[in-house]
Amino acid sequence: MPAKGYVGIDKEMCKGCNLCVIHCPTECLALNTSDTNSYGLHFAYLVDEEKCIACMNCGIICPDAAVTVYRMRKRKDAAGGAGANTAGTGGAGAGSRAQTGEGA
Amino acid sequence: MREGKEWIEAKDAEAGGEDKEAREGYELIYRRTPLLVTRNRYCPGCFHSTIHKFLMEVVEELDIQEKTIGVCPVGCSVFAYEYLDVDMQEAAHGRAAAVATGIKRLHPDKVVFSYQGDGDLAAIGIAETLHACNRGENFTFVFINNGIYGMTGGQMAPTTLEGQKSTTSPYGRDIKTAGAPLKMCEIVSHFDAVAYVERVTCNTPANARKAKRALKKAFEYQIQGLGTTFIEVASNCPSQWKCTPVQSLDWLKDKVYPYYQLGVFKEPGKEKTTAQGK
Amino acid sequence: MGEVKLMKGNEALAEAAIRAGLQAYFGYPITPQSEVIEYLAREEPKHNYVLIQAESEVAAVNMMYGSGGAGGRVMTTTSSPGFSLMQEGISYIACAQIPCVFANIVRGGPGLGTIQPSQSDYNQATKGGGHGDYNLIVLAPNSVQEMVDHCYLAFELADKYRSPAMLLSDGAIGQMMEKVMLPEPMEYKPDKPWATVGKPKTRERNILTSLYIKSETMEDKNRELQRKFQRIRENEVRYDEYKMDDAEMVITAFGLTSRVAKKAVDIGREAGLKLGMFRPITVWPYPYDRLNEIAGRKGVRFFCSVEMNAGQMVQDVKLAVCGMKPVHFYGRMGGIVPTPQEIFEVIRDISEGKEPRIKES
Repeated sequence: MPAKGYVGIDKEMCKGCNLCVIHCPTECLALNTSDTNSYGLHFAYLVDEEKCIACMNCGIICPDAAVTVYRMRKRKDAAGGAGANTAGTGGAGAGSRAQTGEGA
Repeated sequence: MREGKEWIEAKDAEAGGEDKEAREGYELIYRRTPLLVTRNRYCPGCFHSTIHKFLMEVVEELDIQEKTIGVCPVGCSVFAYEYLDVDMQEAAHGRAAAVATGIKRLHPDKVVFSYQGDGDLAAIGIAETLHACNRGENFTFVFINNGIYGMTGGQMAPTTLEGQKSTTSPYGRDIKTAGAPLKMCEIVSHFDAVAYVERVTCNTPANARKAKRALKKAFEYQIQGLGTTFIEVASNCPSQWKCTPVQSLDWLKDKVYPYYQLGVFKEPGKEKTTAQGK
Repeated sequence: MGEVKLMKGNEALAEAAIRAGLQAYFGYPITPQSEVIEYLAREEPKHNYVLIQAESEVAAVNMMYGSGGAGGRVMTTTSSPGFSLMQEGISYIACAQIPCVFANIVRGGPGLGTIQPSQSDYNQATKGGGHGDYNLIVLAPNSVQEMVDHCYLAFELADKYRSPAMLLSDGAIGQMMEKVMLPEPMEYKPDKPWATVGKPKTRERNILTSLYIKSETMEDKNRELQRKFQRIRENEVRYDEYKMDDAEMVITAFGLTSRVAKKAVDIGREAGLKLGMFRPITVWPYPYDRLNEIAGRKGVRFFCSVEMNAGQMVQDVKLAVCGMKPVHFYGRMGGIVPTPQEIFEVIRDISEGKEPRIKES
């Protein structure tokens, strides 16, 4: 059963402040303590992919806008057709709504 | 911007992901706004970054990039113009309110904001700040209050708390000699011509969302020509508070918010205020 | 054609600014120049310039920075203590290359001083005033007509070079009333692609700053500014000469004292002495070359700089003359304006080898 959400964190943009990690409600993010980016900072990453619920907390709280959040489309639209309520409607909060395929 | 599957695949590659199959059927719901130009130099966890992000998200959402002009201060955010993709002027220390006045009076149809720290707005620039508020200059103040002078190495600010240590108050701020910390939201809400005053913060996702909403409302009220809008951000400074970003949130919660209360002090069309402003 | 009116210097300056297409004026009252903002306040309903009585000169100069940087034709006027307050802002304006026009209606100093006229801000205007390597284009009017003409010229030069320009006037010229020819109002059409007006999709964002933290970049910026100042030196020097063709004793003076010196030259000529007067109109860029040329003439015996200060422009005269001839100085301070007779006697004393005496007032 794939997770409801997926988070990509830009390794170089991330400064390892840890705010996303502590604010994730399902604790699926962690600081990568065994690797650093080119600035010498430990970066955060999605450590437990099954648990992401696409709440966007990490995206909102990240000071450096290093986080990209994805949410699974509704099952019946998973084939990529026009989403019933995926684009532009209220989700977990007032995050920056990216344009999807139909909206761009 | 690439969308959909392509975007996800590209982002996967950047983030080092492998399993594309599980990613199918996902849509992008939050990404870094293109109005942020480059990786910034702020310390990890600093709310300067967060507010820069929200400012640009608001400009993008209101679609006002073509008419937004910002004024940046002297302090940690002196290079804000390198990060924000809008026309900007660098002001002398403390004078952003006067510079913003000059811009907005000449171009009343543009959206003008000043961006200042605590020394800039409440120490050297307090005359310009108060008079711009009193005249009701129709721009938005973005006031980042972290109770310390970050850029110059951690000296006491007008908003440093009583007992708080800094390099110029090494035994803790003594209000008998340094005065009490200034509450700028409370002060400026008294001016009739000031339309909207709110103190926000970014320590939790909920508060961060409120901060962004406040910035958006401030710009909307400015566009409606309602008067001065003033958003104070109770902010952190992990570097000069000598703690980690996560620890800085504790200081905010335990010490800062009880004194610098969050909430709306004044808003157009609203009688009651939610904060206990004095 | 324009119109001829009897006007006070300060008010003529204000009227000239309006006719030149003034878009914003930010100022603070200070004697002896408050008439400028008062005039602009009275005239405001008929025009659409921005007018703010700022909370201080510090605020005023920063409002200038903002408005000028947003592409406006902007002006402020003040007097000596207020001009001191503006120095930081002027340094920023010079580095960010924002066209602005200032007028310093100079009063006696130092400190709070007196409200009487003086010329003791010459060094401040021409040698910097604010921190860093920069220069202001400085015009020195000596009549109400020149307050008008130099106002137009200052706006024109400021825009041409993207540099702040100023009028170095004084309390007497500001307060005196003379007949003046006012030009037709001009239609001001700015072309300022560098201004911060909101960035359209067709260009990169415009940034106005004076911060260049990397040494190499700061040096490049300074070199760029210095090249500009050199172009101004080569192209914008202005001066005036009176009875200089066969002059043996040259009075150098600027602004108000040049009016007095001119009369002194006439008195001298009647007494059979060959006086002449050299007056810089731009005190920056200073007419060193022309003065140097004059110093080289066989007939010229000496120079005497007559100023209302303790000896400021005389240093530039000495630089120009470069040791070729003696350079003397005669100055009054505190707002006392020397009389033509007084100046003539000083020149006569010098020519007879006597030390000039300060007259008791």
